[in-house]
Amino acid sequence: MTAELGEVVVAATDIEKYFGANHVLRGVTLEVRKHETIVLIGRSGSGKTTMLRCLNFLEEPTVGTVSIGDITVHADPLRARTRAHKEQIRRLRLQAGMVFQEFNLFPHMTVLQNCIEAPTRVRGMAKAQAVELAESYLEKVRLIDKRDEYPARLSGGQKQRAAIARALTNEPKVMMFDEPTSALDPELVGEVLQVMEDLAHEGSTMVVVSHELSFCREAAARILFMEDGVIVEEGTPEAILEAPQDERTRQFLRRFTA
Amino acid sequence: MAAAGPVAGTDALILDRIAAAHRADRRSFLFKFALTWVALVGALGLVLGLTGNISTEFIASAGPFILGGATITIFVSITSILLAVVLAILGALGRLSASPVINGIASLYVSLVRGTPLIVQILFVYLALPQVGIVLDVVHGGILALGFNYGAYMTEIFRAGIQAVPSGQREAAQALGMKDGALMRRIVLPQAVRIVIPAIGNDFIAMIKDSALIYLLGVQELLWRASTIGRQRLASLEALLIAATIYWVLTIIFSFFQERLERRMARGDR
Repeated sequence: MTAELGEVVVAATDIEKYFGANHVLRGVTLEVRKHETIVLIGRSGSGKTTMLRCLNFLEEPTVGTVSIGDITVHADPLRARTRAHKEQIRRLRLQAGMVFQEFNLFPHMTVLQNCIEAPTRVRGMAKAQAVELAESYLEKVRLIDKRDEYPARLSGGQKQRAAIARALTNEPKVMMFDEPTSALDPELVGEVLQVMEDLAHEGSTMVVVSHELSFCREAAARILFMEDGVIVEEGTPEAILEAPQDERTRQFLRRFTA
Repeated sequence: MAAAGPVAGTDALILDRIAAAHRADRRSFLFKFALTWVALVGALGLVLGLTGNISTEFIASAGPFILGGATITIFVSITSILLAVVLAILGALGRLSASPVINGIASLYVSLVRGTPLIVQILFVYLALPQVGIVLDVVHGGILALGFNYGAYMTEIFRAGIQAVPSGQREAAQALGMKDGALMRRIVLPQAVRIVIPAIGNDFIAMIKDSALIYLLGVQELLWRASTIGRQRLASLEALLIAATIYWVLTIIFSFFQERLERRMARGDR
């Protein structure tokens, strides 16, 4: 979409992940450049969500290396509990904003408090500054009138937009979305996708796991199709959606367009 | 709540009459329920009165003295439950800790306390600690023993409460870069406390009754006052009846608030 591609923001190299004996990721390598939106698609169980969660070590990869911004972490399950390793993972996470399928807003805090919690307490931002920043992002996701509501009083679409504002207020280098519309009633999907498309068009760097092909067409610079823990095929939305090369991609898309 | 669409006059009338009938049923139930209690308690009072062994003079003269013990009972119960909550939070964090030493300490605490009678723990504070040079004022000793005991039981409640906070909450906090301590303090514990508040209320009511045990230390609470003055004036029947009645009324009052609290928490207005 965006003409000028900047430096590499996210680089994941040879990511492998086992859950017990289950080999979920079998060597995935991907790169995301500044201002670029990539979308991971694939059937459930293909490993796309696990891959996204490996990028900020919510799942620790069994093997591999992840860099976001200037922070690099090598997967090392054997010393996963050491303080230095945990701190390095924490600094990696600070580079990425995460939006979850189930929103995961903090229910005991208002929308605004949700937004400023990490910037003020983790980043040490002054409260006034954090509030100003949060309000500008709430404005962007069209939720400023709900700033003092508790999450339970919001609709699903409003919750997800609040969660997006919360992630943005922490000023990440990349925004990551894990099936952000899968838990929503169909009529609420549009408002969330619209916000995400706006972000993509404004040049945010984004990694999205989604089944929404309309979003892919509208906002993705590249689509990565995953199956059985590997990236089978990647390319522009036109290339992947209109002229897929791999039989497995074709099968997957047929099910969607049928 | 107003109906959304236009409702014909007759329909509205019928709905009103149904609601009124429900209210009448409810009133009638409550009235008969209350009548049953009054009749039973009244009959019991009558039987006791007819035996001729009840001294109303004693009740009038010793009643205020015994009732004064209720203040101490309530003070001790509140202080002990607060101590128990602090110990329970520490105990729960310990039981969930990855450190074998911390986990071991917390588990030993729970096991020791739950494996021995409360009365033994109370006497331990009173009789055994002085032998090693620790002499506590009786009220503090009583609070310590009760809080220590309840803290162990409530450790398991808090542990369950912490585990009941959805894992997505931790993940969201981690993804925002929060450290373990802040994650626990700012995100998990506030939600866990909300989950366990009804259970704390239950334990507080149990504490009011268990606090009677510290009369053994000579704390001048309800039971101590009743048993002492009852023995002095050979009116234990009256004295203990007064004490029992006061405990009963206290638990009814606090149960009322506890139920309201529980309902409010269940509604989950946030």
